[in-house]
Amino acid sequence: MDEFLQFLFSGLTRGSIYALVGIGFAIIYNASHVINFAQGEFVMIGGMAAVFITANAGLPLIAAIPLALAIAGVAGVALERFAVAPARGASVVTLIIITIGASIFLRGVVEVAIGKRDYALPAFSGDTPIRIGGATLHPQSLWILGTLAVVVLALKWFFERTRPGKAMLATSHNRLAAQLAGIETRHVMLTAFALSAMLGALAGLLTAPITLTRFDIGIMLGLKGFCAAILGGLGSPYGAVAGGLALGLAEAMTGGYISSAYQDAVAFAIILAVLFVRPQGLFGRAGTERV
Amino acid sequence: MRGFLGRWGGFLVLTAVVLLLPLILPNRFYFDMAVKVWLNAIVCVGLNLLIGYAGQISLGHAGFFALGAYASAILTRRFEIPGLVAMLMGAAGVGLLAFLVARPILKLKGHYLAMATLGLGIIVAIVINREIWLTGGPDGVRVPALFIGDWRVSRIEDWYWVAGGAMLLAVWLALNLIDSGVGRALRALHGSEVAAATAGVDTVRDKAMVFVVSAVFASIAGSLFAHAERFITPQEAGFLRSIEFVTMVVLGGMASTFGAVVGAALLTVLPQAVAEFQDYKHLAFGAILIATMIFLPKGLVPSLAELFRRRRP
Repeated sequence: MDEFLQFLFSGLTRGSIYALVGIGFAIIYNASHVINFAQGEFVMIGGMAAVFITANAGLPLIAAIPLALAIAGVAGVALERFAVAPARGASVVTLIIITIGASIFLRGVVEVAIGKRDYALPAFSGDTPIRIGGATLHPQSLWILGTLAVVVLALKWFFERTRPGKAMLATSHNRLAAQLAGIETRHVMLTAFALSAMLGALAGLLTAPITLTRFDIGIMLGLKGFCAAILGGLGSPYGAVAGGLALGLAEAMTGGYISSAYQDAVAFAIILAVLFVRPQGLFGRAGTERV
Repeated sequence: MRGFLGRWGGFLVLTAVVLLLPLILPNRFYFDMAVKVWLNAIVCVGLNLLIGYAGQISLGHAGFFALGAYASAILTRRFEIPGLVAMLMGAAGVGLLAFLVARPILKLKGHYLAMATLGLGIIVAIVINREIWLTGGPDGVRVPALFIGDWRVSRIEDWYWVAGGAMLLAVWLALNLIDSGVGRALRALHGSEVAAATAGVDTVRDKAMVFVVSAVFASIAGSLFAHAERFITPQEAGFLRSIEFVTMVVLGGMASTFGAVVGAALLTVLPQAVAEFQDYKHLAFGAILIATMIFLPKGLVPSLAELFRRRRP
């Protein structure tokens, strides 16, 4: 039972990270029908930028966090402006390759600017583990779970109560109709990329104290976030949250009870199985294709 | 004659290049690079059938490449099966795997297809990394030399001819496939899958066939690579290697068999040529990828061919 509790904590923690990354995929997909394979790089940029700012500029963590988020946001806007927007209307394959190119580019920039080592960020509120039952919980895990909860509520408020949020929803339903209703869809795209980038960076900041960060951690985290988004049915931010948590738990349980060697494969095996049986994702609606 | 030249002119030029290139290659290092170019080209020619002609993406072909390589390594080393037989067994196994997953996978479209092939590739990479008793794990495994009959292919010059010959064979097969009924069906499919299906093309069957063919090409190339390098590591199965293959195809030109060869050559030689800028490798690679897709969405060879045609009315 103690063991189970321990795996549960670990699963929820990493699941929350996948969820944050997955939400980013969903938001960008909604606004532009682009799968942003550079999403994982925002996670990396968030962690690396915070490390760089605290270590080199000597700023406290509390100041480094908003700065790192802002840097990621700028990277997101630049990605939309200089790589995705010029290829508007290109095929799915082309857009996939462009965002993959962007991810390699961003990785290259950080590799040159900061370095190839592992870097650690101090935990937000100490490293003293909290004992619950027979299991221990790292305080950083509470930060991660809490942040995810706040993000979900904030997104709900954003999409239902604010003009930019409603504009984004409208654009995702019907781009042309949204334009006719006076929505500047170009701004919607920029907002979506900035928002997704910042959510990714937030995930990177939160996880850096536990898992360390490196210029190439974005690859795997991005792919798992993509799995979360697909599992939740592409284009549903809340589906991505459910998908992310499910993947995190499945990974932790597999790692704990079956084989730690194969826990990285779990997400992909689940995705293959789900795609074979339910191509629209667990929570997605059956897709109809326009001819 | 003109039709023959139009169809096979490119092939003759490519054959001439393979035959004459050794005259200007100064040393082993360059021969080794040429071998890598030809082997990557085999993968790209196959992958181009899938991406360029059938319009389906695969982000997992490094998995097939590595399966072929490891099949050769393990079968020749542990079971002392002759190299060529092992290569065929590997190709058959990979072909079977591709066939089994093709139908469910190719029913998916766009992003879902990308995800599924990516997942498959990553699972292959993880298995190779973890099953250390069989594959040697992350440290890699040594591969015995290849024998063709009594001929022990070991000098790099010998490998040049084996790889070059295999590449020409792959190109020849691909050109024939493109000219066949299946090729026409594929092009129809790329244009509009619904229209093709309405016109009686069994779209799922044809897509599955091309998927299998491209996987087998990758497997053979992987086997040859393992024997040529005499060593293989799980890196060959990695996600980034899959991306590299796709990039070669796209850079050279989708739906152009020679474009695939050119793309393979460029992206194999370029990183060596700029080795002193090693630090900036990723940065430059990413920028080239984005710029090509935005400014030359059809890739180098088709875009240049178009320019050439427009110049000469």
